[in-house]
Amino acid sequence: MTSRNLAYLSNYAIYSSMVLYTIAFFSHAVEVSFSVKNTEESEKTTFDFSRTDRAGRIGTAMMILGFIFLFAGVILRGASAHRVPWGNMYEFSITGAMAFSGAYLFALAKYKLRWLGLPVSIAVLLTLGTAITVLYRPSAPLVPALKSTWLAIHVSAAIVSGGVFLLANTIAATYLYLDRMEARGERSAWAKKLPTLEVLDQLSYRLVAFVFPLWTFAVIAGAIWAESAWGRYWGWDPKETWAFITWVAYAAYLHARVTAGWRGRKAAWLCLFAGSTFLFNYVYVNIWGTGRHTYSGL
Amino acid sequence: MNIFQWMWRQLTSMRTALILLLALGLASIPGSLFPQRNQNPMKVQDFFKANPTLAHWLDKAKIFDLYSSPWFSAIYILLFISLIGCVLPRSFEHAKAIGKKPPLTPRFLDRMEGFAELDRPIEGALDDAQKWLKKNRFRIRREESSISAEKGYSRETGNLLFHLSLIVILFAVATGGLYGSKGEAILNVGDRFINTPTSYDNISFSKFQREGDMAPFSLRILDFKASYDVKTNAPTDYTLQVAAANPIGSKEEVKIIKVNSPLTYGSTKVYLQANGYSPVVAVRDKTGKLIFEGPVTFLPQDGNLTSIGAIKLPDMTPQIGMVASFLPTADRSATRGAFSAFPEVLDPRLLVSVWMGDLGLDNGTPQSVYRVDTSKMQRIGLKALGLGDVYNFGQGTLTFEGYRSWVNLQIVDDPGKMYALVGAILAILGLLTSLFTRQRRIWIKIDSRVQIAGLAKNGVPGLDEELSALQAALMSKSEEA
Repeated sequence: MTSRNLAYLSNYAIYSSMVLYTIAFFSHAVEVSFSVKNTEESEKTTFDFSRTDRAGRIGTAMMILGFIFLFAGVILRGASAHRVPWGNMYEFSITGAMAFSGAYLFALAKYKLRWLGLPVSIAVLLTLGTAITVLYRPSAPLVPALKSTWLAIHVSAAIVSGGVFLLANTIAATYLYLDRMEARGERSAWAKKLPTLEVLDQLSYRLVAFVFPLWTFAVIAGAIWAESAWGRYWGWDPKETWAFITWVAYAAYLHARVTAGWRGRKAAWLCLFAGSTFLFNYVYVNIWGTGRHTYSGL
Repeated sequence: MNIFQWMWRQLTSMRTALILLLALGLASIPGSLFPQRNQNPMKVQDFFKANPTLAHWLDKAKIFDLYSSPWFSAIYILLFISLIGCVLPRSFEHAKAIGKKPPLTPRFLDRMEGFAELDRPIEGALDDAQKWLKKNRFRIRREESSISAEKGYSRETGNLLFHLSLIVILFAVATGGLYGSKGEAILNVGDRFINTPTSYDNISFSKFQREGDMAPFSLRILDFKASYDVKTNAPTDYTLQVAAANPIGSKEEVKIIKVNSPLTYGSTKVYLQANGYSPVVAVRDKTGKLIFEGPVTFLPQDGNLTSIGAIKLPDMTPQIGMVASFLPTADRSATRGAFSAFPEVLDPRLLVSVWMGDLGLDNGTPQSVYRVDTSKMQRIGLKALGLGDVYNFGQGTLTFEGYRSWVNLQIVDDPGKMYALVGAILAILGLLTSLFTRQRRIWIKIDSRVQIAGLAKNGVPGLDEELSALQAALMSKSEEA
């Protein structure tokens, strides 16, 4: 098959995954909204989840299918250019969306996390939508500076860390939202089946603690690569600076939790701050920034 | 407690370290928003032109040299003093604790995080528990009627290793800043380079680096090949071939340098950084005497290597200056005028505008070799030359004889690099050990009943499972009996 056909096939896979994520999004929306309806009908706050449970399960199935198509899209994209699919921002974005939903599915297998399906499917849809409309670039070979085994190592580590960081962020944001709700009184009906604040708090911490070494590795791998490509391992390039800021912010978060005993609201805000430095790095430095991490337009 | 003790205690407290850590992160932000002198001095100049007053104040605050500014250094030096003050005593404590027995069993076990009580006494429970704990690699302190066991000391080991490695990295960075050198040289294909300071276009030495410390090698540029994608015009490969001798005068060996694979001599590396074209020209005066012949380095302006340059002839009377562009693959459009349509040389043109008068080289101010100061000159001619063309500009002739590729080599000596790498690897190992080791204590106490209790540091999960496993091990034994 020619490169061109592979690239088209990749695009079809991405579009299909978007359809699947849309179905997942609606299923999860039904799951959430129907439980609200139940409370309106009955006076008591106990409700029957059997109907909404099915919607939730459909949602999860669609998330898994969507992930498979997205995965195929990313692989085909790489195959069409005969390289790892991490050469420009379109490719980072589709891989990032894949890592994010993959992190969700991975965590779903371990914890009761289906409620996260709604925000995760929205975030994946928005990312893919932006990627394919704004950031899309035709499949092309790499510029010489990117031709290195470190591309696969450094970028994959960064993308996976990013996916997990953003998942932790989503959970921390949910924490803060529910925390405010509880401070005002009882949780709304639909929010009752979400985990307790304590569980959310622990979960976002565990995700960060799990992936922080990987992020450290991504930064170090980047430094090793920079040494072989640019002649220095650290040069305060904007991307490097923000990677460092993200690292420092998460290091502070871990210290705050482990040593200073921060929990709950304060910890969640710090987690959100750290995650937003990662997002800022991705969006700002790639699009408006200068420096050596800008290749091929985007 | 005197004031110094008080200050030391404040500095090495966790809270201060946290604040310093966050401050370091925040302090590095402006460096990514404002141009930096060591990265892009031209951008800094532009900024000064666009906002003179703001730039003046920002410069006072060292914003354009942020990462070497005193206040930025102050933050990280304080942070590292705080770190050393915190980590070193803990390392000694930890070293002492190696091989020590766990602390005594506390009196009240039911206050612990995990607690279980078996209402009947079990024969030989302590022995069985000891066996089980040993099998699960706990450290054990056996008392008359109790056992205190602990596991996961390596959590602290990893934690300390991580922080000590950060100190190693800092010292490695400092070493790179105090020893070593960094310089650049532009070389045409065919040129020879000897690694001495005078061969460089620019070179900076660290504080304690001497000229004699430079690696004694020489290079001859044999060939440079760039290949491009025909659809996107983007480069796909750069390959530089050099004949290298180390030490100078020894037998030359052919080496390949690519963007991601520099040439290495000890702690010195030679990197391929940029490339472009040098048109080869010959200039003769009215009598036909050869004034200048050779390649002139031109500066690329875009991805298709439209290049600009200057041919200065101060020895002609009157002085002649040529403002020139080199187009590797010439094309023309109504809006852009002449431009290059592809970075490879397929249809080269040399565009010159010839100026006569005073080049302004004698007043002492340094001039760019790529530009002609035409303020005291007048234009006497304009011409587009194809390969081999000769142009008579009245005062003489210009021949476009050919072109050569040039490469910009960056040559860096950083003796601290290896230590930084070792530090980084140790840091990751330490981090993994500390984050994935679960530290917990388990106690068993026997009087009229059997009490089992456990405590997990930092509330890590899995303690309950471990306690019930131990309980099951004890129970199964008693049921068998």
